[in-house]
Amino acid sequence: MAGPQLKSTDTDNSNYAGLGPWLLLPSWLVIGFFLVLPVGLMLIYSFLTKEFRGGVVWDFSPAAYDQFFFDRGLFGDSAPTIELTYISIFWRSIWQAAVATILCLLIGFPTAWFIATKTGSNRTIWLFLITIPYWVNLLIRTISMKFLIRDNGPLNELLLSIGLISEPIHMINTNFAVQLGLFYSYLPFMVLPIYASVERYNFALSEAAADLYATKWVTLTKIILPVVKPGVIAGCILVFVPSLGAFLAPDLLGGAKNFMIGSLIEEQFKGNAGNWPFGAAASMILLSMVLVILTIYARQQVKAGDR
Amino acid sequence: MHFNPNVCATAAFLALSAGTAFAEGELKLYHWFDYIPQELLDQFAAEYDVTVTMDTFDSNEAMLATLKAGKLGDYDVAFPSDYMVEIMANEGMLDTFERTELTNFENIMPQWIDVSFDPGRNSSIPYQWGSTNFAVNNAAYSGDVNTTSILFDPPEELRGQINVLDSQGELLALASMHLSIPQCTSDREQLQALNDLVQAARENWASFGSDIAKDSLVSGDALVSMIYSGQAAKARAEGADISYAFPSEGYVLFADSAVLLADAPNRDNAILFMNFLLEPENAAAVSNFAQYGSSIIGAHEFLTEELRNSPELNPPSNATGRFVQACVEDVQVVYDTIWTNLKE
Repeated sequence: MAGPQLKSTDTDNSNYAGLGPWLLLPSWLVIGFFLVLPVGLMLIYSFLTKEFRGGVVWDFSPAAYDQFFFDRGLFGDSAPTIELTYISIFWRSIWQAAVATILCLLIGFPTAWFIATKTGSNRTIWLFLITIPYWVNLLIRTISMKFLIRDNGPLNELLLSIGLISEPIHMINTNFAVQLGLFYSYLPFMVLPIYASVERYNFALSEAAADLYATKWVTLTKIILPVVKPGVIAGCILVFVPSLGAFLAPDLLGGAKNFMIGSLIEEQFKGNAGNWPFGAAASMILLSMVLVILTIYARQQVKAGDR
Repeated sequence: MHFNPNVCATAAFLALSAGTAFAEGELKLYHWFDYIPQELLDQFAAEYDVTVTMDTFDSNEAMLATLKAGKLGDYDVAFPSDYMVEIMANEGMLDTFERTELTNFENIMPQWIDVSFDPGRNSSIPYQWGSTNFAVNNAAYSGDVNTTSILFDPPEELRGQINVLDSQGELLALASMHLSIPQCTSDREQLQALNDLVQAARENWASFGSDIAKDSLVSGDALVSMIYSGQAAKARAEGADISYAFPSEGYVLFADSAVLLADAPNRDNAILFMNFLLEPENAAAVSNFAQYGSSIIGAHEFLTEELRNSPELNPPSNATGRFVQACVEDVQVVYDTIWTNLKE
């Protein structure tokens, strides 16, 4: 990627001749230190043996992956059957993350559109308003959400006082609460990329479409969406991927009872059971899954680019 | 793999300040959440010219996991419960001290010196004692609360409104008492029954959380919560209308200790702090804050009237309290599997 660019620089400015590899050193260090090293450690740890009461023993074994995919009963000596526990945790996480992504898209797209159609200083104010809640730590925002939706919290009090409901709606420690938490946590990650692409949209195209008797639906699907698609896809990835690994919302709003991938992994390192190899293996499986999804997307982009 | 700038900074600081009369510098505590009054830490900091920092944990197992994950060497003093003191000692995570190092050692009540988990108190001093049971919202349930059925076979009106501690040791100990089986049993039928019991009970539980236990009772998020006795007393003080239970099947008794950690970066200050905690007035300050019992001679007279008479510190005579046991590896592996099944 960086190679060909560097060559062109070389011809432009011979002062840097031969320095190419050295100039790349910082990037390689960053990639090595922050990506290759931690992921490599994770890979190694996922093949080690769990030590009694946390920690690892340096005996290589696929036990962690075995635990993920096979159920050998309470005492570990029954005939192995397919383990559904962790697969269902992954499935639940994917489903929750997908719903959160769709909700963010449904709310985020009109919001981004609204902001992009404002003029200069107004636009800045609206963007500013979107980012303000995110100056506060995610943990604190998640706990605030818990205060808002509890049985005697402000939301229920409001609904009760206007007579919309006669009994508080029980939201805390439900899947709904987790969903709400995910939606709230990651909404701006949907709004901002879509805004960036809508901002570049030439609104004369919509007018032209209208002049040619296109309905609003046709204008949206045939004219607008193809243009802003990169922003929508970037937004979806930015919401889906962190939602998949989230653990604050399921812990605090879902009562830590129904695990999502993130809380499953966290429990292996910080919790009672303390099983590092298994936590590392679950992380590797999650990482591979995300990589596959992103690779499929990237390949489709390349194909689209070829056309 | 593990690099800690704080330790280096502290070491450099200690080197520079060597020769001064007091052990100036730092003290790093690894403590339970909500278990020591800030004023007491401030008082120690001012008295000995020491910067005190504290991180918190919410279960013995979480603390053990963190220390094993490379944090040993960062902290000076930790506060494990009974069985965990033994586990940490066996793991080589504790340093020892001489009785002569602690001028207040004789303030410890004699029955709290020769304890099973640290006979003679070579690495630990008693901190606080209490019990781990559950509390029930009085408005929601008027029946007898003194039975473990409240957690494991709850009456209709409490189902789905129960928070349990995110703490394997205490939950499985209570479950064992409910089944009248010994803790850490190696009998396969009993272990299977234990697994089936908590699996079935899980349907009736709303959440797993330790640091949310008090808050969930006060806010009404839960009608029942497994809870430490002192937290129950605090919840009542904050307005929750609750009864703290002492189940007739048995209850979990705990005795928390302050331990001197191995590789403590500020061992001198750790000793000073442990000695400080053995002052009757300071021990009482912790009790008055945390609402647990003290094991220090002379602390009683500094306790508030309310605490001396609190139901949490005066269990009925027909209930038996037992410490959580540390299981042997074969059983612990099964316990871990039960726990993992439970928290899917």
